[in-house]
Amino acid sequence: MPYTEELTNLIKVVEKTRPQRLARKKKGEEFPRMSPDEADEVLKKFHPDYKGEGRRELKVGPSKGDRIPHEFADLLEAWSRINPDYIDLSRVDMETDILIIGGGGAGTAAALLAEQNGARVLLVTKLRHGDANTMMAEGGIQAASKVEKDSPCVHYLDTLGGGHFKNEPELLSTLVTEAPGVLKWLEGLGVMFSKFPDGRLHTLLGGGISRKRMHYCSDITGAEIMRTIRDEARNKENITVLEFSPTIELILNEHGHCAGAVLYNLETEEYLIVKAKATILATGGCGRLHIQGFMTTNHYGATADGIVLGYRAGVKLKLLHTIQYHPTGAVFPEQVEGLLITEKFRGAGANLVNIDGEQFVYEREPRDVESAAIIRECLETGKGVPTPTGKLGVWLDSPMIDILMGEGTVEREFLGKFIVYRRFDIDIAKQPMLIYPTLHYQNGGLEYNARGETSVPGLFIAGEVSGGVHGENRLIGNSLLDVLVFGRIAGESASGYTRDKAKDGRLSLQHVKDYHHDLEKSGVVTDRVAPILLPDYANPEVRERQLTAHHVNK
Amino acid sequence: MADKERTETINKKEAETEEAKLIPVYVMGKRYLVPETLTIMKALEYAGYQFIRGCGCRGGICGACATVYRKPGDYHLRVGLACQTVVEPDMYLTQIPFYPANRASYDFEKLTAGPEEIFKLYPEVFRCIACNSCTKVCPMDVQVMDVISAVKQGNIERAATLSFSCIQCGLCVSRCMGELPQYHIMQLARRIYGSRIAPRAEHLNEAVEVAKSEKCQQALQKLMKSDVKQLRELYKSREMEPEMAGEDWTPAKHDYP
Repeated sequence: MPYTEELTNLIKVVEKTRPQRLARKKKGEEFPRMSPDEADEVLKKFHPDYKGEGRRELKVGPSKGDRIPHEFADLLEAWSRINPDYIDLSRVDMETDILIIGGGGAGTAAALLAEQNGARVLLVTKLRHGDANTMMAEGGIQAASKVEKDSPCVHYLDTLGGGHFKNEPELLSTLVTEAPGVLKWLEGLGVMFSKFPDGRLHTLLGGGISRKRMHYCSDITGAEIMRTIRDEARNKENITVLEFSPTIELILNEHGHCAGAVLYNLETEEYLIVKAKATILATGGCGRLHIQGFMTTNHYGATADGIVLGYRAGVKLKLLHTIQYHPTGAVFPEQVEGLLITEKFRGAGANLVNIDGEQFVYEREPRDVESAAIIRECLETGKGVPTPTGKLGVWLDSPMIDILMGEGTVEREFLGKFIVYRRFDIDIAKQPMLIYPTLHYQNGGLEYNARGETSVPGLFIAGEVSGGVHGENRLIGNSLLDVLVFGRIAGESASGYTRDKAKDGRLSLQHVKDYHHDLEKSGVVTDRVAPILLPDYANPEVRERQLTAHHVNK
Repeated sequence: MADKERTETINKKEAETEEAKLIPVYVMGKRYLVPETLTIMKALEYAGYQFIRGCGCRGGICGACATVYRKPGDYHLRVGLACQTVVEPDMYLTQIPFYPANRASYDFEKLTAGPEEIFKLYPEVFRCIACNSCTKVCPMDVQVMDVISAVKQGNIERAATLSFSCIQCGLCVSRCMGELPQYHIMQLARRIYGSRIAPRAEHLNEAVEVAKSEKCQQALQKLMKSDVKQLRELYKSREMEPEMAGEDWTPAKHDYP
């Protein structure tokens, strides 16, 4: 749907203030950044994380007592999809050195490194290999790659400040140290980074970043990285991939070590037993839980399965109360609602402006602050732009980019978005985009250390399912980095573990029985089952008539 | 329900349709009424489908939801991504969530930058008869046939850059007269270009060295041990690289290794 007449008229207001805003930009004058106190205030008043009623105390499991979003608590206060008594663990369907759960960036990087270290790998994934948030990452990947102006230490400080100083120092130090090496690894595998003619990497600023450190491949950085490492994984005989087979429980053994998993073939509805010497959980995030009713940028499969699996097996939660709302999700046209509009637009010079064409926030605040400021502009200040579907948004003034950096820049640097909007007859090089914050990232997750180990021997984790490295708010360009750095580490660690530490033993689902027992004792009354595996978007009238379609385990 | 009753229900539904702006679409030949503003993907869900296949990123980049459709009175085969294409009245559609395409396995380390590698792995590239069906069917507007021509001419750089928007949905493969697996060939071309032909980012070598150096690790250790108050100060006083700064910008004080 192209812009309506009302919106076209409102765009004229934006065009009117644009020359002044451009002039300021050219002079190097920026909208004032918020002081830490101002930022705290806007966060407390407007950021969804700070709404007390959005969370509740968890009644079961190793982090009992943590206050986490209802949507997570609903998953953790739920039954297994199976009755453990009905599963015959003596009938093992597949055996491998390392089982990797999740076929996104973290799982695939882990598979490559595990294979390189001599392990046989079985990578299982709920949808297709590569169906993951990694594929959708647009902005880029951070690394202190230009030593004359940057350093892993500056990267450390930027990330720490963005995360409200809650990041785990060991994890963060590992992240920034390994970053340049990850870029080199990717380039060696053939990833086509955007470069100067001499090979020097293009870099941009991003929210909360003090040096131009965002490396990118046009605006499909994640897709370019994902398809390249997936292609490499497909070259390896010792990496077997099993698609459409989500994991529904981890299996421990008599020593309490992780020893594999129960899979569910989505198409034949069979349950399968995998036995493994080590297991890597790389299941990604949670956007499809639609926390507090927010639209999401996330992949269809982002249903927080790994949190449920790891938690039932005994791994504690870390910072799971914080969710990232990306400041700029599309809010019009309705068809692309929630679609991620990369922060790189702001890194390249586009202002955020309200219905009067006024800039109301510095465009490169850390994401949580930026989102809170947009919500304030719409809900409190009352200067949001109404959409034809009754929502509010603000303008992201993308045409500034072509004026600042030369005609054709938007099309070249943001080709993916350019094509999407062109389908709706909107030329984002000439017309601004209407945006609103959208559920983007799970800042917290399961607890782990810098070797990728969890408290359960033989269970490793990597990527968005983990919590700690980003503190309470992840910076742009650190998620692709996270999945690759810690995916590689998990692959290495797990292969070392299979050689030196893994101990064979009788397989068991006792932890699931114990969890069920705890759930009964806790007084939670529910017929929920988890993981949910797939979101349900059927129209409610239809759903009411789908009498037998929704499996309930009671 | 008696047939008459059923017809009445349908008629009633269609009467409501006008108000709610529901339109008929035919999913694999079966008729559903769906709101006209929805994408094909959301319309199928509205109708009661829960996707297992044929749905991925929902943002037009993963290639899971390739869809083909026709409209009455029009012989053209149309294509779109279900997550990006808005429904139209009376469209007859089906998703093609998977299409077989053979991928050649190779030892990437041992590949050279020459096009012979591609010819060896995918000899069928010369079966292209330049019918342009692949380009016509591409939902990302990739000039697929031009990419294949570039490969045949040995111009890997052109093949790589022209195919950069490919999302590997497989529609080109489904229509190819010469039976080529275009998207696998293009992936190989991009990897060869990115690693063997495009100028390398030599500055990464130094960056890797510095990051792993004892000096840098000591500086990081110091930060890790600092208390939050000190860290807040350091964070606040960071020198910000200006947005409009050129590539040669350096900070006034470069305190860290």
